[in-house]
Amino acid sequence: MLSKIKDKILSGQRLTKEDALRLFETDDIFTLGKLASHAAKKKNGNKAYFIRNIHINPTNICVNRCKFCAFSRSKGEEGSYELSINEILQKLSTFNSSASGRLGRLSTPFSEVHITGGLHPDWTFEYYLEMISKIKKTFPKICIKAFTATEIEYFSKISGLSITDTLLELKKHGLDTMPGGGAEIFDIAVRNQLCPEKLSGEGWLTVMEATHEAGIKTNATMLYGHVENYGQRVDHLLRLRELQDKTNGFQAFIPLAYHPKNTEIGGAYSSGIDDLKTIAISRLVLDNFPHIKAYWIMLGEKLSQLALLFGADDIDGTIIEEKITHSAGALSGNAMTAEQLKNLIKKAGKIPVERDSFYRELKVNE
Amino acid sequence: MNKHKRITKSEGLELLKNSDLLDLGQQADGIREKLHPEKTGTFIVDRNINYTNICINKCTFCAFWRDKENRDAYVLSEDELFRKIEETIRLGGTQILIQGGLHPDFNIEYYINLLKSIKSRFDINVHGFSPPEICYIADKSDLTIREALRVLKSSGLDSIPGGGAEILSDRVREILSPRKIKSSSWLKVMEEAHRLGMRTTATMMFGSVEKPEDIIEHLDAIRNLQDRTKGFTAFIPWTFQPGNTELAQKSKGTVPDLRTEQSEVVESGLSPCGATAVEYLRVLALSRIYLDNIKNIQASWVTQGLKIAEVALRFGANDFGSTMIEENVVASAGVSYRVSKEDIIRAIKNAGFTPAQRDTYYNIIKRF
Repeated sequence: MLSKIKDKILSGQRLTKEDALRLFETDDIFTLGKLASHAAKKKNGNKAYFIRNIHINPTNICVNRCKFCAFSRSKGEEGSYELSINEILQKLSTFNSSASGRLGRLSTPFSEVHITGGLHPDWTFEYYLEMISKIKKTFPKICIKAFTATEIEYFSKISGLSITDTLLELKKHGLDTMPGGGAEIFDIAVRNQLCPEKLSGEGWLTVMEATHEAGIKTNATMLYGHVENYGQRVDHLLRLRELQDKTNGFQAFIPLAYHPKNTEIGGAYSSGIDDLKTIAISRLVLDNFPHIKAYWIMLGEKLSQLALLFGADDIDGTIIEEKITHSAGALSGNAMTAEQLKNLIKKAGKIPVERDSFYRELKVNE
Repeated sequence: MNKHKRITKSEGLELLKNSDLLDLGQQADGIREKLHPEKTGTFIVDRNINYTNICINKCTFCAFWRDKENRDAYVLSEDELFRKIEETIRLGGTQILIQGGLHPDFNIEYYINLLKSIKSRFDINVHGFSPPEICYIADKSDLTIREALRVLKSSGLDSIPGGGAEILSDRVREILSPRKIKSSSWLKVMEEAHRLGMRTTATMMFGSVEKPEDIIEHLDAIRNLQDRTKGFTAFIPWTFQPGNTELAQKSKGTVPDLRTEQSEVVESGLSPCGATAVEYLRVLALSRIYLDNIKNIQASWVTQGLKIAEVALRFGANDFGSTMIEENVVASAGVSYRVSKEDIIRAIKNAGFTPAQRDTYYNIIKRF
């Protein structure tokens, strides 16, 4: 049934909206997986990437209260927290030295810190700039991947700067790349249901366009498995593909499986087969994205490994202290060692490649 | 490969070592489709009851056993046992899976009393005592295996779980469970049970120190016995869980004997310490292909989690096993996926199957 689409993929033609919908509707996961693997191999050979990284969530206090989120708190609410810059530096140096101890003094324990957090009602833009520059000064070798488009738009609001100037300031203070969060599903009907206060889909794409133009690479995400339909997923993918044609600033696309626990909308965990199909279809539709990431925190270690046979070429990293997905009932652990990641990749028949934030290869484990 | 021709051991080995996982899965899915064209994903509502954790075998892969003197050693009281069974029936359960350690003081009287006390009170299928227990019971009372099985059956034992098979290769058993019964005894218990008209399942625990050849040996032994008796209802492959076990401790330090051939183990894609999801699905799919005379293959959500178990329904499995109202053994190795009947029903639906509750003999009780 998929033969027309198969021919298109094998001859390198771009898939249409109808093709993508057709793929979501098929139950032929084997053909889908093989086609996505074919596409992944063309881009990245038999390699699968991972990174030694740390997650820092500076605060869970957030002026937005998205209904799919179990992490955010209001100011003063029980369980709310905010980290001072010193506390952040302290966390980083604790991780840094304990990991160095394990790995021996010659190894670089982490190459990236991933920072995202709530939109804090009182923090100033200067506070964020100071956070970034102090981290950079203390750990000059660690890449700083920080702030989603939603946060950028918020910074622009609180600082009175344009989006571009906000970005340039952050870059000047040490921001290296940006994650792809906050995209959720672009469609306005879904957004009105899930996160009416949040930056719109168009707004998200506008911030990303400006970010890429400012010379900052980013990722892109899609939160699926809540209230959206296949058409809205396809629309999301196509809008990303269109922007990527224009800017070529996206590095990886990361489909994020919705987690229901402690959220306002509740519901069920995503289906394993749907997770695999979504990874595969993302690989096939986003023909201009270099990488598709199976984020193990959300998919679980086991399904992420399997995703490497369905078009993914990256399983994220060691991730110390994941908080956001775990607030919503993640079943995964909250850290993995590089050895564990390499083992998963090898056992999937792929070559583990340790990368940095820009997908430069640090170590290939043939 | 000719689809109607049984695959040989060497073909099986080749598939296990070198096939593409998606090809293998597709082939297994095709075979499952022929055997179960109605696309029903079944499960049983039952409870695991472990009457004691005191065990003389002390297998290195097991985190459940205790010495008699140990502080958290236990033997279940009748009251507790009956309460658990009542609760099982109240929750729609049709079976209890009753297994336990090899207690040094029990003889066949204990088991006869246990079975009779259950059967006189409850209308429930007793699926109990894996072959190591049966052998131990026979041994303690100087009975042959057949005699012991007869007595147990007449006391109320309905069917036998396939546990304790681990890997049916004595070389591997020497490392994993040197005090546990040998392969031939496991097979003998099953053969005798089948001849007495009892149905049993068969299991395989992999992902420890075995080699691909051992997996093939295991599958072949099961297939051969099934050719003779037709007594196995299902095959259940599951993976070694390294948490809290002696085997995992050992493999961190000194290397077990078999791992001197580690390069071979690694090349084959089978990890010596816990199989990954890709390896699990590979063995599952191969089991479906190899065991052409066993109708049902169970996915193991207890060791794999719901998502991989869901995916397993497309890699050859047609059954989700039990809802496990209670599970102690795997949980003691640090794995605990808490799952409700509703979660299982949803996972089966997600795979595109019609969920159905079944009894011990795979008769459908209720579709969802």
